[in-house]
Amino acid sequence: MNLTLKVWRQPSKSAEGSIQTYEAKDVSPDMSFLEMIDVVNDTLMEQGQEPIAFEHDCREGICGACSMVINGVAHGPNKATTTCQLYMRHFKSGETIYIEPWRAAAFPVLKDLIVDRSAFDRIQQAGGYISINTGCAPDAHTTQVEKDAADAAMSAAECIGCGACVAACKNASAMLFVAAKVSHLGLLPHGQAERKTRVLGMVEQMDDEGFGACTNYGECEAVCPKSISTRYISRLNRDYLTASISSEI
Amino acid sequence: MTHLDAREPAGQLEDKWDSFRFDEKLLSPSNKRKFRILVVGTGLAGGGAAATLAEQGYDVYCFSHHDSPRRAHSVAAQGGINAAKNYQEDGDSVFRLFYDTIKGGDFRSRESNVYRLAQVSSNIIDQCVAQGVPFTREYGGLLANRSFGGAQVSRTFYCRGQTGQQLLLGAYAALNRQIARGGGRKGGVTMFYRRELLDIVTVEGQARGIVVRDMVTGQIERYAGHAVVLATGGYSNVFYLSTNAMGSNATAAWRAHRRGAMFANPCYTQIHPTCIPVAGEHQSKLTLMSESLRNDGRIWAPKRKGETRRARDIPESERDYYLERKYPSFGNLAPRDIASRAAKEACDEGRGVGPGGRGVYLDFADAINRLGKDAISERYGNLFEMYQRITGENPYETPFRIYPAPHYTMGGLWVDYHCMTTIPGLFAIGEANFSDHGANRLGASALMQGLADGYFVLPATIMPYLAGQKLSAVDESHPAFKDIEGQVNQRVEKLLAVKGKRSVASFHRELGRLLWTKCGLAREKKALTEAISEVKALRGEFWENVSVPGSSGSLNQALEEAFRVADYMELGELLCRDALDREESCGAHLRTEHQTDDGEAVRDDEDYCYSAAWDWKDEDTPQELVKEELVFESVKLATRSYK
Repeated sequence: MNLTLKVWRQPSKSAEGSIQTYEAKDVSPDMSFLEMIDVVNDTLMEQGQEPIAFEHDCREGICGACSMVINGVAHGPNKATTTCQLYMRHFKSGETIYIEPWRAAAFPVLKDLIVDRSAFDRIQQAGGYISINTGCAPDAHTTQVEKDAADAAMSAAECIGCGACVAACKNASAMLFVAAKVSHLGLLPHGQAERKTRVLGMVEQMDDEGFGACTNYGECEAVCPKSISTRYISRLNRDYLTASISSEI
Repeated sequence: MTHLDAREPAGQLEDKWDSFRFDEKLLSPSNKRKFRILVVGTGLAGGGAAATLAEQGYDVYCFSHHDSPRRAHSVAAQGGINAAKNYQEDGDSVFRLFYDTIKGGDFRSRESNVYRLAQVSSNIIDQCVAQGVPFTREYGGLLANRSFGGAQVSRTFYCRGQTGQQLLLGAYAALNRQIARGGGRKGGVTMFYRRELLDIVTVEGQARGIVVRDMVTGQIERYAGHAVVLATGGYSNVFYLSTNAMGSNATAAWRAHRRGAMFANPCYTQIHPTCIPVAGEHQSKLTLMSESLRNDGRIWAPKRKGETRRARDIPESERDYYLERKYPSFGNLAPRDIASRAAKEACDEGRGVGPGGRGVYLDFADAINRLGKDAISERYGNLFEMYQRITGENPYETPFRIYPAPHYTMGGLWVDYHCMTTIPGLFAIGEANFSDHGANRLGASALMQGLADGYFVLPATIMPYLAGQKLSAVDESHPAFKDIEGQVNQRVEKLLAVKGKRSVASFHRELGRLLWTKCGLAREKKALTEAISEVKALRGEFWENVSVPGSSGSLNQALEEAFRVADYMELGELLCRDALDREESCGAHLRTEHQTDDGEAVRDDEDYCYSAAWDWKDEDTPQELVKEELVFESVKLATRSYK
């Protein structure tokens, strides 16, 4: 199949960007979306031109590096699928495909399709952990964990930190991302001691980074490659409220 | 002749780690903060080590080539992590985990290291649970276990099919907690993101710093410290197509090798039996399907050559469940090297399935009949979905097609019992070193080793090095840094100046194809000899005809890739030389000259019971082979049998 690509090119953070047009020829339906771009890039390099810069690593949907808005949708048309696991069999020959970076004030573009997601790391650093030094842990079976709670914690912990939730949200809100971590740790007995400081710290950092507020559109869940539920956002709101108004004495 | 001293503690195997811990020189908390340790890599080993060292009070600088530590390739491990907890009361013990690992590695690893690994395995599970790692649990609230290849007990802990991700997020959280302290004089970790290590700096023969490239600005930077820890992973990407991430690379290890760190057993490369087969020329990587699938899936190939019927139309009597047939006691859970070779054999005989006949079936029909679709979906749902996304086929209805692919490298930087390389002050942990898996790694043991090294071993072994001597004051203005930075800059300019016609990827692909064909699943003298001269020739062409567009002073992915592929061109040659030198078959290394009539590996303990450490000389002189003889005091060398 042959495709026309309209790709966002931006030489650096401070430079102006624009949409450029490329032809992708002889694309096999068994190629992944990123492999299709590899082929375009190989041709560009053989002509001595700079390849399209894009973030990618594991190419099996778990590292969270890949991040493209494809025809206006974060990670493209398939549900619960990262860009790297999107295959060309879902496109038609002759189609024009628009490829853009994540768009959010808190995720500035570094080059072409690569954005700076370090804001996510700073949110995690503001409380996304359980304080336990290496060597301090009791035997793993000391604490039993209800299976439902463990499963719900795991479903939240599956977040890969890609940022599609932010890219899809009209407010560029990071609530689903924050909710996933707050819920993962808050659902486990081991995470109770810091439950309040964690939610307060992470939400404060989220606001400082310039992410928008949640207005319940649900776009985040729709594009999330791990299908993380917005019910965790409700849980985050409850935790935040409780932590804000409660006091130990 | 250089002599290798593994510095194993004296005494009985069971007592070595304890006596090491007792005998080691200690540093008081107030002294620890005077030492700066540079940790390169943030996977299970690096992330775990950086966090733990900072908890203990060291001044830690940590480097990652990713935008976030959470993207390190440990994230992709699916199946699980082994530990000798014996929660199932099925006869497991520290000694059994030790023995299984030694045997699985085909008696080519160091007893003392492996025993220590088995000893600390239980602490890892405790630590991870306390960090909030959401391991899969039973209805009673206790941890669940499953079996993995090469073991007859259930000792594998797991988080659905994303164990590596969850363990990494645990280490990442511990690391974040230390980063949040502020770093430097405030304590904790100073984190450097998007930095690629390009060289190691030694002063007076000791590792004292690194030179890195800021991958956004292109700036070359120098960092000095009292010790350097490489936790930079393995080199499977030398094959181009592997299960590793696109960015996984061997540059840090290779640069260390060129500065004097011996590189051991490069020919021990693990080919994972259950990966999705290659679909075409464009393929950029191979996707692994967790070994855990072999708990319930049955592997088979058609009995008839050139079979064209669909899997479901082939009657039971015309299927060959070859692992169950050849290895009745382990069946589908035979170790990886054995399962991989058996798949290749079936395909070589013309009984392969799928495009190009390079594939066999992994079939869940029996398991679905026995347990129901829901139970299978609960155990492996995400793997089934992943397979369907990639191939467009539904594995609930038609069996998976699988084929072996390069996955893990047991070889790596040679280290002693202290995880120190042959450069004093340079440590290597996790997959980057060669230490624990011998000639073949068992499933669910990579995560175990990464976290063992990171959380428990390295933090203990680095202390006596720092406490034991007076290190001279060295900072980034030392002439050694200027010298190395100059060499790095020269290399950058040289790559940009070639201005050839071929993309970096096209060279990488050609190198990979060459190595896979001639130094892959089965190796023989003639092909290896050819491969060595072909790799040399390809390296020559690379430096004359590679195209690296763009400049050095900006984000330049072609340049990043060029550094890595240039090093693979050298590593690939050593891989073949090591394979050629080892005139025996052991573990993942099969020399076709050394096998039984029915294709089993034939080891030669008389002549090859050693680890091969290669010592770098210079550009024009091949590395010298230095042997570390392996002495087995607690186990008897036996022919591995899984029959």
